[in-house]
Amino acid sequence: MTHVLDPGTLEAGTRPAPGSGAPFDDVTRSDAALRAFLHGLPGVDQVGAEQRAATLGTRSIKTTAKAWAIDTAISMVDLTTLEGADTPGKVRSLAAKARRPDPADPTAPAVAAVCVYGDLAGVAVEALEGSGVHVAAVATAFPSSRASREVKLADVRDAVGNGADEIDMVIDRGAFLSGRYLEVFEEIVAVRQECGDAHLKVILETGELFTYDNARRASWLAMLAGADFVKTSTGKISPAATLPVCLVMLEAVRDFRAATGRQVGVKPAGGIRTTKDAVKHLVLVNETVGADWLSPDWFRFGASSLLNDLLLQRQKLRTGHYSGPDHVSID
Amino acid sequence: MSDRLAVRKTYKLYVDGAFPRSESGRTYEVHDARGAFLANAALASRKDARDAVVAARAAFGKWSRATAYNRGQVLYRVAEVMEGRHAQFCEEVAAGEGLSAGRARAVVDAAVDRWVWYAGWTDKLAAVLGSANPVAGPFFDFSLPEPSGVVAVLAPQRSSLLGLVSVLAPVLAGGNTAVVVTSRERPLPAVTLGEVLATSDVPGGVVNLLTGDAGEIGPWLAEHDDVDAIDLTGAPAGRALELERLAAGSIKRVLRPPAEEPDWTADPGTGRMTRFLETKTVWHPIGL
Repeated sequence: MTHVLDPGTLEAGTRPAPGSGAPFDDVTRSDAALRAFLHGLPGVDQVGAEQRAATLGTRSIKTTAKAWAIDTAISMVDLTTLEGADTPGKVRSLAAKARRPDPADPTAPAVAAVCVYGDLAGVAVEALEGSGVHVAAVATAFPSSRASREVKLADVRDAVGNGADEIDMVIDRGAFLSGRYLEVFEEIVAVRQECGDAHLKVILETGELFTYDNARRASWLAMLAGADFVKTSTGKISPAATLPVCLVMLEAVRDFRAATGRQVGVKPAGGIRTTKDAVKHLVLVNETVGADWLSPDWFRFGASSLLNDLLLQRQKLRTGHYSGPDHVSID
Repeated sequence: MSDRLAVRKTYKLYVDGAFPRSESGRTYEVHDARGAFLANAALASRKDARDAVVAARAAFGKWSRATAYNRGQVLYRVAEVMEGRHAQFCEEVAAGEGLSAGRARAVVDAAVDRWVWYAGWTDKLAAVLGSANPVAGPFFDFSLPEPSGVVAVLAPQRSSLLGLVSVLAPVLAGGNTAVVVTSRERPLPAVTLGEVLATSDVPGGVVNLLTGDAGEIGPWLAEHDDVDAIDLTGAPAGRALELERLAAGSIKRVLRPPAEEPDWTADPGTGRMTRFLETKTVWHPIGL
């Protein structure tokens, strides 16, 4: 399939209504049509994808390129806390870290967003006022998505009402795996409508989809339903984000833009802990979809411990000697 | 001579309880005292040192919190396994340092004895160095020695086994974890010690052995913010002051090298242990 449209033809801020990806209007008219379309997508060459991801992972990124990559990665982090033990105090301290990741160095960029449970979104909004850092809230019975449609939509309404401007929803993997694609599609569309102006990230939980083919199908399904971002994982399931899965999803968003003109972001989440992992992902983005996606508007890392490692590497580049965990905050 | 094919040896590092190659992929040739080829050894890079520090930091919590009695048992077990490798150590010391078989045996005996001696110290340090302090107030006041943390050790360049044991064991006895840069020219006894440690009960990461050049790796360890102390015994001639200056940036404990490499068979005293211990003083109110 070919390939990237001229980015200049994309008007910033335009977001077509769900399902208005004109070439694909007819594929969502029935369960059978959607299934036929998703199963008609070209299969993923598993060995090829893994090999490609592994090869790109060996690129050597050093000195000024590394400094750029680290700052870019920091600005793409969705700083996440999704624990049962979260408190308003913890969210506030995370927000402080999001504004100024390295208190000793004002040149370190702020992160892209703070990601919390919906009930704590209000606390995060208050703590991040005026900083430009977004507030993302997980919704739709995160992480299992095992609840009725009404409960999920109420969950979204609550998070949006608390001020979250990005919603991370999880798809119903049970429905997806048993082939009820239209049900998943309609659920995403319904959530999309509840979101209003908030950005919608759709978590595919690729660890539970088992195959790359499923990851590609789920990505297309989410994009057809109006997702602004496709996200790999909840972080609660292993394996979470892997390079090959990210590659498959990047190819999906590339092909989707080529077909419809609408650009969709990608967010790998879970299991990315080191600067090296983050840089590998940036290389993958650049080589798969190009520089258009190398911005926090189109690519994010869902992570918590990654930020500290990025900061340690940043300090190493600045001072010329190795830093240690005493020089970043414990969170 | 048999017509067996020689088993050629390329030794690896000992980091985090495993035997990785150097991240840099570099190796160098090790020769005996007369210049004949002995084996290939890994030439550690600064990134190996960085990885070793991460491993040592991760291992510190468990090792420092182990009871002194347990640490003594674990270290004693190391001496047992060393004794089992006695012949191999003798061969390597004899080849590397150019000693006769008899002299080499005496050196290895002394090294095992030295290890046992330090193993015995673990549960006596608090009794000897700690104190109950008389204070003018309603408090129990007592001081206890605690380990400094991650200690970088530049091992002696000449005494490849007895010297190594004499600088490593005191660091471990106090509850520290160690990143050791071995003798560059004579690394083989250290490699074998790594195999001893891997097959004894010392948790992975407590000791990390890097074969390579102290002049290359030393400055990175001296400057490293996550290293708490550095022993400069094996620092290259004339560069100890530079390393001490680099270590000042992160306020490390520094053990300065002697002018000449000392006679390691002499009574070591407790100085090498106390250098890598901090004193914690507790004020406990007496009930009113």
